[in-house]
Amino acid sequence: MASITTDHSRAVADGAHSHAFGAGSVPQGSRAERLTSFDLADIPVPTGREEEWRFSPVARLQPLFDADLSGAGVTVTVIPAPEVKVETVARDDARLGTAGKPGDRTAVSAWNAFEQATVVTIPVEAVATDVTSVRIDGVSSEATAAHVLVRAERHSQAVVVLDHAGVATVSETVEIVVEDGAHLTVVTVQDWSEGAVHAASHRARIGRDAKLKHVVVTFGGDVVRITPDAEFTAEGGEVEMVGLYFADAHQHQEHRLFVDHAVPSCRSRVTYKGALQGQGAHTVWVGDVLIRANAEGTDTYELNRNLVLSDGARADSVPNLEIQTGEIEGAGHASATGRFDDEQLFYLQSRGIAETEARRLVVRGFFAELIHEIGVASVEERLLASIEAELEKSMGVITGAPALGTVA
Amino acid sequence: MSTLEIRDLHVSVETKEGAKPILRGVDLTINSGETHAIMGPNGSGKSTLASALAGHPKYKVTSGTVTLDGEDVLAMTVDERARAGLFLAMQYPVEVPGVSVANFLRTAKTAITGQAPALRTWGKEVKGAMENLRIDAAFAERSVNEGFSGGEKKRHEILQLELFKPHFAILDETDSGLDVDALRVVSEGVNRAKENTDVGVLLITHYTRILRYIKPDFVHVFVDGKIAEEGGPELAERLENEGYDRYVGTGATMA
Repeated sequence: MASITTDHSRAVADGAHSHAFGAGSVPQGSRAERLTSFDLADIPVPTGREEEWRFSPVARLQPLFDADLSGAGVTVTVIPAPEVKVETVARDDARLGTAGKPGDRTAVSAWNAFEQATVVTIPVEAVATDVTSVRIDGVSSEATAAHVLVRAERHSQAVVVLDHAGVATVSETVEIVVEDGAHLTVVTVQDWSEGAVHAASHRARIGRDAKLKHVVVTFGGDVVRITPDAEFTAEGGEVEMVGLYFADAHQHQEHRLFVDHAVPSCRSRVTYKGALQGQGAHTVWVGDVLIRANAEGTDTYELNRNLVLSDGARADSVPNLEIQTGEIEGAGHASATGRFDDEQLFYLQSRGIAETEARRLVVRGFFAELIHEIGVASVEERLLASIEAELEKSMGVITGAPALGTVA
Repeated sequence: MSTLEIRDLHVSVETKEGAKPILRGVDLTINSGETHAIMGPNGSGKSTLASALAGHPKYKVTSGTVTLDGEDVLAMTVDERARAGLFLAMQYPVEVPGVSVANFLRTAKTAITGQAPALRTWGKEVKGAMENLRIDAAFAERSVNEGFSGGEKKRHEILQLELFKPHFAILDETDSGLDVDALRVVSEGVNRAKENTDVGVLLITHYTRILRYIKPDFVHVFVDGKIAEEGGPELAERLENEGYDRYVGTGATMA
């Protein structure tokens, strides 16, 4: 079996790589020291050599580094659940910019450029009876900024689905505020057409005993780069971050997560799975988890798995766990990138199942477990159908090729 | 009535140092309804025979023939062999995450028979077969072999034997690692398949223990990649008493 597999779950407490036990020993490049700012002048245009850009096709993202993102390349349409309130507000609305500061160039450009924002509010103690749908449709390729704020007020419950389709060159900010005791699910689906370039900064704040389920699904677009940040602001918070992606030839799909355990007794789970097929398909997953010195009782685990289905595809996977206190419940991570498991295929084929169908079963199975964790039936059905469509496209080229890429 | 015929079979395994010959001329004929036990010390090539018959890509047939009712088995892909009626109960069944047992069984049955089984009768058949093998109904929704204990994996293999109804079943050390209760349940399953379908069985084992539950018609002793001696059930009894010493010298025992 020719697969590259690194499973850090067996090396969690070895103090190696970014595990820094004990307060005071902050390793170089700590997420705690990463510059964040609302000021465009503070975060220069990257060269591509920076840590956070080293896997990215910066030339293709260049239009989104620009200060001028005044295009009208997307339309935003919201179909809210009956209990949910939707507003379009000007950039000076006081509710905007409360879920953390931009952490990279596309995020700070987007923050400085947007003119109007869409605010979705789930009022205090409201329980939404339906999914709230936010459609972001690309209508032209002019560089554009977009801003969405989802606010789940205290003890409310809702599911909000952001759908991206069409062709656009867009830098998007999604602010997510989950107030005390609220349960919010945010799903973002990138089902762009060919030619789309999309950068998105998701910044979430999670209050006391609040729960956020954050789901990222990326299938389409030329370049998609999403940076979900989650920060706990009070004890008892929980975040579950789930992602799945399927990159075809010449697509770049990058997901960089940051979970900031800034307060005690919070729980985070990150599970991202991707499949790649075709020449030049490139996926990047970076999962940073920071457990600050005062965040005692933290419980965190992150996992990334990639299935490389053909020659010429590359998956990069970098989990980072920084631990500044030893008084935690648990902290672990695992990353594995591999090709088809020959033994799995042999087993299925030895039961009469033809090779193509056997490969389909394996890929479907790979994603099915994750899709069933989303917990929103309409979304699950759509995703299973999308996986089928991806498999339909890829059957000619999925041959079981050696995996390429870095696993840190 | 079907016949599986193995003639002068030579098989090598791919290793880093190149092809290493394992089977050195195996001759064996199995007819429907017959049970052949293949016994032998570790490393004698028993499991290589099982894998080569099923078509595992790691094993290369360098000469010889395998035919099923005259059809060239070696020219068939792995799945074609299964559809032709060969079944391999594996020594180490493989986990397939995210694929439920129910989905797997239905997909395989459909592939083997060429049409989807009738929903009503199939559900009942699966349920009944699982009950017979003391497999909890909840297993139908679990991923194939994932998190199964050793005994559960082997029972799941025999479940497939009973449901897929092959012409010939190769049981590759199905008994290894089983406690007495599990061994009895698994053996009952094999005996049911023999009664119900006239399946020809090639039972590969290191130990004589399983032969108390599944009666062989023929016993073949495998040494150094070929059959060193053949006989009836009495040969198994002699091996029980004497071990493999007479074939391989001192050091190799039954235990």
